[in-house]
Formats: sequence, C-alpha cells, structure tokens
Amino acid sequence: MIRLDSLEKRFGDVVAVDDISLDAPDGRVTGLLGPNGAGKSTTLRLVYGVQRPDGGRALVDGIDVASDRQRALARLGVLPHNAGLYPHLSARENIRYYGELQGLRGVALERRIDVLAELLELGPLLARRTKGFSQGERVKVSLARALVHEPRNLVLDEPTSGLDVLATRNVRELVRRLRDAGHCILFTSHVMQEVAALCDDIAIVARGRIVARGTPAELAATAPGGSLEDAFVAALSAGAAP
Amino acid sequence: MRALLTVLRKEVLENLRDRRTVLSALVLGPLGAPLLFAVMMNVTLERNREHDERPLELAMAGRAVAPNLVAYLEGEGVSVRTIPGGAAGAAAAVREHRVRLALVIPDDYAERIAAGEPARVLLYTDSSDTSTGADRGRAEGLIGAYAARIASWRLAARGLSPAVVQPIAVDEIDVSTPAARATALFGMLSYFIVFATLMGGLYIAIDATAGERERGSLEPLLTLPVARTSLVYGKILAACTYMALSLALTITTFAISLRFVHLDQFGMQLDLGLGTAASIYGVMLPFVLLGAALLTLVASFTRSYREAQSWLGGLVLVPTMPILFASIYQLAPRIGLMWIPSLSQHLLIQSLLRGDPVGVGAVALSAGSTLAFGMLLAAAAARLYGRERILG
Repeated sequence: MIRLDSLEKRFGDVVAVDDISLDAPDGRVTGLLGPNGAGKSTTLRLVYGVQRPDGGRALVDGIDVASDRQRALARLGVLPHNAGLYPHLSARENIRYYGELQGLRGVALERRIDVLAELLELGPLLARRTKGFSQGERVKVSLARALVHEPRNLVLDEPTSGLDVLATRNVRELVRRLRDAGHCILFTSHVMQEVAALCDDIAIVARGRIVARGTPAELAATAPGGSLEDAFVAALSAGAAP
Repeated sequence: MRALLTVLRKEVLENLRDRRTVLSALVLGPLGAPLLFAVMMNVTLERNREHDERPLELAMAGRAVAPNLVAYLEGEGVSVRTIPGGAAGAAAAVREHRVRLALVIPDDYAERIAAGEPARVLLYTDSSDTSTGADRGRAEGLIGAYAARIASWRLAARGLSPAVVQPIAVDEIDVSTPAARATALFGMLSYFIVFATLMGGLYIAIDATAGERERGSLEPLLTLPVARTSLVYGKILAACTYMALSLALTITTFAISLRFVHLDQFGMQLDLGLGTAASIYGVMLPFVLLGAALLTLVASFTRSYREAQSWLGGLVLVPTMPILFASIYQLAPRIGLMWIPSLSQHLLIQSLLRGDPVGVGAVALSAGSTLAFGMLLAAAAARLYGRERILG
C-alpha cells in the first residue's frame, strides 16, 4: 500500500503540493483527479522519489521513500507521464534493461518478459525495435517495463493520455486485473470518465490540495445534480475559492 | 556495480545501432583525421620541394650596364629577364605582383666598379608576400657571392690573401636527427589524435544525457532502485569505451596512412611502428576518462539534444587549446608541465615520435593528474544527477 502523509512541495513561492494525505490500500484503484497543473504529477513524483518533499512523508509498504529510497522503490512499479523508450532497442531489450536494473537475471527474467508479453498482448512487437511504435504500443511496453519486477504497488501518471479507444480499454482492463490480483494502484487523470470507470476511491485535487474524496457513488451523492461530473465541478469551484 | 555494468552494456549496444554515433566515433574521426593529415603533409612537402628546385627568376633593369654580373647569375642557373622603365618600372612590377623580385642596376654601376668604389644595386621586393622570402634569400646570396669574388680578385691584384678580410668563417652544422626534423612538422599529429578521441565520445555522451531526457526515458530510469552514481558512471564508462575504440582506430590509421607520406626524401623519418603506437595509446588512455567525464558533465546541463550538440561542438576544441599553444610557443617537455591534461599527453607523444627517452615520472604524473581531473568531473556529473532539477 501507498500512504501519503501530509505531503508538501514548494517550487520557489509556488506551493505545488499542499498538505496532501491519502491512503491507497492494496486491492483497490485509487485515483487522483484534477485539472492540469493541480499538482497530481508532482505528488506522484514525491511517491516515486525523483523529487523530495519539503514536508511530510510518502510511504510504500510502510517504507519512507525519502529516507530509504532504494528499498521503497524496489516495491514500486512506475509509469511516469509520457515515459519514453529506447528507440534503438527492441521491446524485449527495453524490458530486459529494467529487469536487470531491478536485479533480475537470465532465464527467470526472460520467462518473466514472456509472461508480461502475454498479459499485455505484445506479441510480434516484442522482437521489434521500438522506434516508430504507436503511442498505444509504447504505453504497453512502458507498462511491461514497470511491472517486470512484480511490484506490489503501481503508480501510473496519466496512463491513457494520447491513446485511442481500444488501447484505452486495454489499459483499463489490465489495471482492473492487477487490482483483482491484489495490487495497490495509484493513478492520475484529468479525464473524469476515466476515473469514474476505473477507480474504487477518488481524491479530487485542485491547487495542490485534496478538495474532495470518496467512492464514485459517495462523491456523486454529495453533488446537487447527483452525478460525478457535478461533484467534480463543485469541488473544483470550491477549491478555487480563496 | 552490477547496475553500472548493465548501464554500460546497454549504452554501448544501443549506440552501436545509432548510425550517427558509429559514424562519428568509428569512421569519421579515425579515418578522416589521418587521411586529411596525410594529404596535407604530402601537399606541403611537395610544395617545399618544388620551391627549392625551381630556377630563380629575376627581372632586371639596366642589365646592359652589368654584363659580367648577368653572366654570373645565368651561370648559377638564374633566369634573367629584362623589364623596361628603369627603377620606377621595377618598383611597379613588384608592387603589382607581375614579378617576385626585380634587380635594378644604376647607370653609374660600371664606373664605380672600375674605380674600385662600392657599387650600389637595388633589389625590389614585397615583404608582405611571404612566399617570396626564399627567393629573396637566394638572390641576395648570389649577389653577395659575386661581390665576394670581385673582392678576392681585387685583393689578389694588390698581393693580399683574400683570407685577410675573412677573420671569422661560420660553418653551420645541423645536428637535428631526421626524426626530430619530422616532429617539428608533426606537432599537429597529437592535436588530431586528441580531437578524434573526443569526437568518439561526443554523440554517446549527448545521447546518454540530453537525449535520454528529451526522449522522456530519464524519469522512468530514475524511478528504479539503483544508485544514481551507478547510472552516471555507467554512462561515462560507455563514452569511455567508444573513445578508447576511436583512439585505437585513429592511431592505427595514422600508422598506416603515414607510410604513404614520403618523408625519407626530405631527410626526415617518423617511427610510428607497433611499439610507438602502443605507447601513444597508453599515454592517451587516462585522457579518455577525462574527456568522457567532461562531455557527460556538460551535456547533462543542456536542455535538449540540439543544445547539447552546439555546446559540445565547441567544447571538444577546449582540450586542444593547450596543444595549439605548445605548438606556437614551441614548448619543450618538462616535468613541470606534466600535470596539465592534454598538454602533457601532447608533449609525451611528441617525445615518443621523436624517439627521445620518456621518463617514468613524467608518464606517471601525466596519467595520475589526468585521471584525478577525470574522476573529479565524473563526481561532479554524479552530483548533478543527484539533484531534482536533472529532470528539467
């Protein structure tokens, strides 16, 4: 599980993440929903350790990312926003590189790559160089790369942005399957339908703060119009007020 | 350590498939530099030879006044031709580059010779045209020799030995060995070697840093449970691999192509046999680390592939600067200079080519200091990757 404990991050005078606390338990999909620039990506960057919080802690399975980075990251699979691949390497070589950096080797690693190829329906892509892959194909390989060490926890930053309908559906199905297998999944999106279709728990983020939270049904019930969209709009306008 | 090797292997493999890296590291530098150098050398040497063998051309005004001088000059192989217009015509002809040298004999020349007084002749030259320097020297030498001949006749006519007016005779003896004469010419060789070595690491250094960030593959890489130092050092060592390969190829092609430069005809020789080539490689190897660390560090600062390319394009010239200075000021190898990277390698290579003894202390100081600078830069690059801002 992933726990955010009063996280804070400032860039100069700008407060990007302002006292965010959140539990993303195992076996559930937790979504951070918010407009662009709300602080979702920065929050995730604090979780996967490429930025350090100015206050609070991010914990992966109870391990503090800032103080015990490598041990925490070993339990985390990460798909950053617009993650790039190595164009001169084949899909298999891209995945293998991450596997080796995660400490996997030899036959076990190759077998793991085959399992992931099946799970993500990589098929003939596996042997091809990734130069010229479509956005959907790139996301699939990036996901396989993030899952190569069988992490219990998964952080996905806008995993479906830029994908067509079919590819989006495939990613959603995969996320559900991983959740059913007991994984903890924390992901972000600025698309409301996406979050509604996928999340067990939602936190609406605006201006670096969580302005509303609950299950999709709970959030919809609080809104005057009775839909999740109304709840989203209401939460954002409330969050935007000084 | 395992992560470092993984990064090293992946960067080497990936860049082996990148035509731009392979072209610049393994083809353009190692082939281009020595070939360019050999062609340049051949042209220079041929031109020098033509210069010495070409008959001296001398335009003369007033030649009728000095028939004996003309006969002497023609006897020495000078091709003498007449120009009209006297002193003014001669000056104009030289100024307008119609002739390189003009000799003007004044009308009173014959009278003064006959009277035993100093006779003036005027040699018009254009010192701003450096290509005439050799011709001027030859003309002055011939006229001086003719004057000396007249002087000795006059002394003999008065019953004196010509030796009376030559209290000191200067004999010039050139002690330079053929190999040493060649290195004066080959000062640029180490410049080319350093340059080709740096070119070998240029693209892989950019690709592994600015390129990685631009592709968006840096951020996921940094989410792996791997020490940043392993990532950075792996990338630097990958650049080292290419540079070491580039260096080996460059020295090899130099050794081969120089066999086609006909140095022996000019009393010069250059020993770039297996032993010397291996020694040059050994002397240069510490510089590979320094160069790779420098390229990686600077490329890590830049925001894009393009920006890195323009920065590093200029940066590769920096380590070649000390070599240019050394060539201009004719710096001799001494221990006090051996701590300076690239300069010390240049001086050691010059000594090796010249066949001079190379001290163990000098080599150790050069290698130790260069490696220390290299590690310092590598550590600085690693620090840079430890910062959040590395993601840009």
